[in-house]
Amino acid sequence: MVSKWKLALFGVLLLLFLVACSGNDKNAGSEDASEDEEITLEYWQYSFDSKVKIVDELIEEFEADNPGIKVEQTNFPYDQYNEQVAAQVPAGKGPDVINLFYGWVPTYVDAGYLQPLPQDEFPHDEIESEFFPLVEATKMNDEYWTIPTAVRTLALFYNKDLFEEAGLDPNSPPEKWEELEEYAVQLTKEDGGRLEQSGMAWEPAQQGHQWLRDGLTRQAGGEVLSEDRRTVTWGDDPAGLEAFKYWLSFPTDLGTSEEGFYTDDVTAFITEKAAMNVDGSFRIGTLKSDAPDLNYGIAPLPGKDQQSTNSSFWTNGITAGVEGEKLEAATKFLKFLTSDEVMEKWLDATGELPAKEAVAMQDKYVNDEIYGPFIESLPFANAHFFVDETKERDLVIDAANRVLMEGVDPEDAFNELVESTQELYDEYWSDK
Amino acid sequence: MGKSNLIVEEEHKYTPNPNKKPKKSLIRKFKGSQKFQKYLFVYTCLLFPILFYFGFRIIPTLFTFNVGFRDWNLLSSGPQPFVGLENFVTLLKDEVFLKSLFNTLIYIVLGVSGQLLFGIIVALLLHKINRFVGLFRVIYFIPYVTSIVAISWVFRWILMGNGVVNDVLINLGFSAQPFLNSPNQGIYVIIAAMIWQAIGFQMVLFLAGLENIPTMLYEAADIDGATPWQKFWRITVPLLNPTIVFSAVIGTITFIQVSFTQVINMSVDGSGGPLNSTISVVVYIYQLAFRQFDLGLASAATVILFLFILALTLFQIKVLTKKFDY
Amino acid sequence: MEKIAKIWPYLLLIIGAFVMVFPFIWMLSTSFKAPIDIFSLNIIPETPTLANYTQIFEESLFLRWFINSIIIALITTISVLFFDTLVGYIIAKFKFVGRTILFILILSTLMIPTEMLIIPWYMMSSEFGWTDTYFGVLFPGLMTGFGVFLMRQFMEQIPEDLLNAARIDGMNEYSIFFKIAVPQVWPAISALGIFTFLSNWNAFLWPLIVIESSSLRTLPVGLSYFSSGEAESKWHLIMTGATISVIPMILVFILLQRHIIKGITLTGMK
Repeated sequence: MVSKWKLALFGVLLLLFLVACSGNDKNAGSEDASEDEEITLEYWQYSFDSKVKIVDELIEEFEADNPGIKVEQTNFPYDQYNEQVAAQVPAGKGPDVINLFYGWVPTYVDAGYLQPLPQDEFPHDEIESEFFPLVEATKMNDEYWTIPTAVRTLALFYNKDLFEEAGLDPNSPPEKWEELEEYAVQLTKEDGGRLEQSGMAWEPAQQGHQWLRDGLTRQAGGEVLSEDRRTVTWGDDPAGLEAFKYWLSFPTDLGTSEEGFYTDDVTAFITEKAAMNVDGSFRIGTLKSDAPDLNYGIAPLPGKDQQSTNSSFWTNGITAGVEGEKLEAATKFLKFLTSDEVMEKWLDATGELPAKEAVAMQDKYVNDEIYGPFIESLPFANAHFFVDETKERDLVIDAANRVLMEGVDPEDAFNELVESTQELYDEYWSDK
Repeated sequence: MGKSNLIVEEEHKYTPNPNKKPKKSLIRKFKGSQKFQKYLFVYTCLLFPILFYFGFRIIPTLFTFNVGFRDWNLLSSGPQPFVGLENFVTLLKDEVFLKSLFNTLIYIVLGVSGQLLFGIIVALLLHKINRFVGLFRVIYFIPYVTSIVAISWVFRWILMGNGVVNDVLINLGFSAQPFLNSPNQGIYVIIAAMIWQAIGFQMVLFLAGLENIPTMLYEAADIDGATPWQKFWRITVPLLNPTIVFSAVIGTITFIQVSFTQVINMSVDGSGGPLNSTISVVVYIYQLAFRQFDLGLASAATVILFLFILALTLFQIKVLTKKFDY
Repeated sequence: MEKIAKIWPYLLLIIGAFVMVFPFIWMLSTSFKAPIDIFSLNIIPETPTLANYTQIFEESLFLRWFINSIIIALITTISVLFFDTLVGYIIAKFKFVGRTILFILILSTLMIPTEMLIIPWYMMSSEFGWTDTYFGVLFPGLMTGFGVFLMRQFMEQIPEDLLNAARIDGMNEYSIFFKIAVPQVWPAISALGIFTFLSNWNAFLWPLIVIESSSLRTLPVGLSYFSSGEAESKWHLIMTGATISVIPMILVFILLQRHIIKGITLTGMK
C-alpha cells in the first residue's frame, strides 16, 4: 500500500526535478557563452519572416567584421511585442538594441526605456542632411532616440486583371480623388444587396487610419497636428472634415467598400475580392510568397489639391541601461544597421525603402516597376507623430464606426474625433 | 507558514463498531496513534501545496493588489509612488471600464446559463438513447478540444457578410446580418461561440452526475404515476444539484478567463469592438497593462474584478444551494 | 407512437451534432485549400492540396512544438491530478486549524485573471533562471484552485463511515486516500484531467512571454507566429496547424471515455 503512494509521489517529484534540472542546464549553457571576454548584444525585433532572415545574415557579417561582439536576435509576434517588452522591464531584463514601430517611441521615451543616440556617432546635422525628414517623428526633447534602416510609404495597390474585366486600362491607375471614386464604383460588384467584389478595400484598423491622416487630410490641404505637436489642428481647416467625409463615402454613398470585407483588406486583396487597396511597401513580400500569381500594379496615392502619403517605419534604439563597452558595441551595431550597404540589402530582402535619401533616390530604385511608386512618394510623405499609436488608431476606428453603425452625422463624429485626440495630446504634454 | 496552524483536531465523530469494542486502554492507544497518523498525513501532504499556492498565486496576487494603489508605468524602472485610491477613482469614471464590467456580467449570465442548459439537454438526450452514445459524445466534445484561436477565425469566416450563414439566410428569404460587425449583435455571437465550445465539457460533467442517480428512484416515481416533467424537476434536478452548483461556479470563473481569448480573436478590431460593444474586463485590463503600460490602473481594475467575481460566486452558491436544498 | 418517442432524441442529437462539427469541418476543409481559395464557400475544396501540410512541417518546427505541448500538458496534468485530489480530499475530510481559510484562499486564486500574474511570475522566473525553460512554462500550472474546488466538492460526498471502517481495519491514511477515496471520485478526476490537459494545451500568453527560443515554443505560441498584425496572417497555415492539433485530442478523448465510463460504473456500484 505504502509503496504505491510513495512511488507516485516520487514519480511526480522526479518529474519536477528533471524538468527543473533541464532548465538549469540550459541556463548554465547561456552563461558559459558570456563568460568570455566577448560582449553579447541582445537585439529584438518583431517576427516578420523576411526581416528575421536578413538580420540573421547581417549579424553574421557584423560579427565577422567586429570580433569580440556577439549579437543575438530574438523575435516576438507583432501582436504581443509590447507585452514581451513590458514583462521584462520589472525583471530587469530585456534587449540592448530594440527595433520599435516609430509610433510607439514616444511612449517608450516617456517611460525612460530608451537612451538618446550618442551624438558623437550620430550627429544631428548628419541625420538631418542624410535621412528623409520623416525620421524626425522620433526626435523628442531635442534628441534623436532612434534611427531606422528603412522606411515605408503607402501607395495604391490595384488588381490589373480585375481592371481589365471592368473595362479599365490596367496601365492608367486613378490619379485624383474623383477618378478613384469612379474606378471604385466600376470595380464593385453586388449581388442581392451584398457586396461581392469591393472596388476599394477599406479598413480603418489596418492602413486606413494612416491613409486618412497623412494621405487624404493633407491632400485636401489640411494638417492633423501643429508644428509644435501640441495642438490637433485637424478640425481647423475645412479640409479635415472634407477628407473624413470623402474617406467615409466609400462604405456609405458609393457602396464600394465594407469594413471587415473578407476579414481584412490584405486578405481581400490577395484573394481578389477587392480590386484596389491602400497599403505599404512591406506588403510586396507577402504578395510574392502568398499570391505569386496575383497580377497587380502599384501607383502613388491619388491626390487632390496636392499629393501626400503616409510614411511609417520601424526604428532602432538603445535601451536605457546599456553603458560602457556595451554601449560602444551597440552604437557600432546601429551604425552598421543604418549603413548604405545594409539599406540596399534591406530593400532587396524586405521591400522596405532606404531611409537615406541618397540611397533611395538611385535610378535603379526610382525606375523599378514595383518600388518606383513608393520611392516617388517619399518626398511628399509624412509620418504622423503619435503620442499613443494604439489609442489614436482606435479613435479613428470608433469615429468611423459611429457613422457606419450608429448613423451619427459625419461632422459630429469628426468633431468628436478631433476633440478626443486633442485630449490625448493634452494628457501627454501635461507633465512635460 | 502554516506549520503550527496545522493542528489536527480530535475526531469525535468516530464511534467504534460495538461488536468489536476493545478494552479501554486499547482504545486510547488506538486513538492516539490514529490522531498522530492523521496529523502526519495532513501535514506532509499540505506542505508542497501550501508553498505553491502562497508562492505562485497568493503572493503574486497581493503584489497585484499593492500595485493597484500605485502609479506604475511598466516600461519605466523608476519609482512607483503610492497614489491611494486615485486609480480606482479614474476607473470608476471611465466609461469603457464600466461598459466592460457590464459586458462581463452579460457574458457570465448568458454564457453560463447557456452552457448549463445545453449541457443538461445533451446529457439527458444521451442518457435516453442506447445506440451511438459514444459517437455522439465524441462529436459533442470536439469543439472543446479545438484551438480557440483557429475556431474563432472560422466563426468570423462563417459569419462574415459574404459567409455561409448569410448565404443560407438569403436563400431562405431573410436579409443578410452583420453579426460580429454590429455593436448590437457582436456580443451575442461571441457568447454563442463560447457556449458552443463549452457544451462538451458540461455534458461530461452532467453525464457523470446523471449516472449517479439510482434508476430505482425513477421506477418508484413511475409507480406513483409521475409525469416525465415531474420526474425531471423532483428527481433529476435536485440530485444533479451539486453538479449544477459546481458547473455554475466553475463556468463563471472560467468565463472570466475565456472571455479574453474569444473576444480578442472574434471581435472585429481584435480588442472588444465595434465601439467597445464586446469588450470584457479582462480584455480591458490587458489593454491597460500591455498596450498602455499602466500597470497601476490595470491592477486596480483587477482588484475590482476580484471583488466582482467574489460577490457573484457567493451569490450563486447561496441562491443555487438554497433553491434545491431539501 | 413509441417509435417516435424513441427516435426524437436521435433527431435532436443529430441536429445538434451538425452544429457542433460544422465549424470544425470548415476548419478541416480550409486546411486543404490554397491560400487564394480560403474563402470559397465550398466544403469540399475545388482544388484540394496538401501544400499547407508540407509547408507547415517544412517551414516551421511544428513537430517539435507539438511534442513540447504534449510534454508540458502531460506533466502539468499529472501534477494537478495528484496534488489537487489530495488537497481536495484533505480539505473535505479532515478538520484542522486554518482549514476554512486555506480553502477560501485557494478558491480566491481563481478570481484573478492570469494575465495579471504574468508580471510577478516573470520576475520570479528571471530571478530563479526559469525563463526559456520547460519548467518556466509549466510551473504556474502545477496546481490549480479549480481542481481543489472540484475534488473537495466530490470528496465531500464520500460517506464518512467508509473511511472510518477502513481505519478500523488498520489501513493507514495514505492507503485510505489511494484505495478508498480516489476510486470513489474517478469521474471527477477524469473530468479534471481533461480540463487541465486542455487548458494547458491551449495556454497562450504565459508560454509566449516566458519562451524565447523557437525550439521551446508550444503549439499555440508557434501558431501565433503565423498570424502577426502588420506582417501577414497565414490563415491557411493556422487552420492546418489547428486541424493537426485537434486530431490527437479527439483520440485522447476517445481513449479517456472508457475510463470515465469505468469510473462512473464503479461509483454507481457503491
